Amino acid sequence: MKELSLNILDIAQNSVKAGAKHLEILLEQTGAVLRITIADDGAGMSPAFAAAAADPFTTTRTTRKVGMGLPLFKLAAEQTGGTFSIESHRAEESGGAHGTRVAATFHTDHVDCEPLGDVASTLITLIQGSPGLELTYVFRSEAGEKRLSTAEMRELLGDVPLNAPEVLAWVSVFIGDGRPEQEE
Amino acid sequence: MKSLQELAEIREKMKGKVALREGQNDIRVVVGMATCGIAAGARPVLNTLVEEVEKQGLSDKATVSQTGCIGICRLEPIVEVYEPGKEKVTYVKMTPEKAKRVVTEHIKGGTPVYEYTIGEK
Repeated sequence: MKELSLNILDIAQNSVKAGAKHLEILLEQTGAVLRITIADDGAGMSPAFAAAAADPFTTTRTTRKVGMGLPLFKLAAEQTGGTFSIESHRAEESGGAHGTRVAATFHTDHVDCEPLGDVASTLITLIQGSPGLELTYVFRSEAGEKRLSTAEMRELLGDVPLNAPEVLAWVSVFIGDGRPEQEE
Repeated sequence: MKSLQELAEIREKMKGKVALREGQNDIRVVVGMATCGIAAGARPVLNTLVEEVEKQGLSDKATVSQTGCIGICRLEPIVEVYEPGKEKVTYVKMTPEKAKRVVTEHIKGGTPVYEYTIGEK
């Protein structure tokens, strides 16, 4: 992947496929460390599948025997000296709660760190494809916080669908480069 | 800076317009958005298709949607166009520029851009 925002889109598509109603994309920049967390309330994975999920030879796809989404995200983090983790539970094992949380840290000053890239396009793609999903995007840094919540958007929009072109155009400008606005 | 309040303005502006958008939507434009598609550049292709369909006034005629892996990862980004009564058209190795032409000539004009289709590669 050329951008972290593409990794984020790819992992988030897994959440959509897992039937998630809520999806949280959280970015926290502390100094030169960026932590990215993607958490959903989708179906979750069995303990055995979750343990093997970052292995390219584990996949749910039926067109190939390999799945590169999580392995590429893990690689993107680890090639900067960062970390990767995945937690998942299904209703069967946990007795109710279900979902998946993928987290990775990146040393953004490392030469092999992918740029964050076009976060706005990633969010537009998710909203366009799944207008019913409740999506929360938060980027926190020393400069402050940038936050987008589809639940809040829905309150203001009433019966205007989230994937209306006017709304997607607004999201693009609102998100900008994805980071909190620098205080002048 | 954009504020959330602008969404209320969008709502006001779009009063009554929402229902008008509900057309036949006979044409389905489907973009492969699995890992292979995303890595190959499907995100800007998808967003260009969405923008162009709107810009060219085709929202009541065509719907752009996303799917998973179509199965020929080496030819991604892949865009499929389904039209009732016609054979499916599969575009391969798409770019935003090619996507624009597909909207103009195929979705609007009715003639597939054969040079971008899988049969021509």
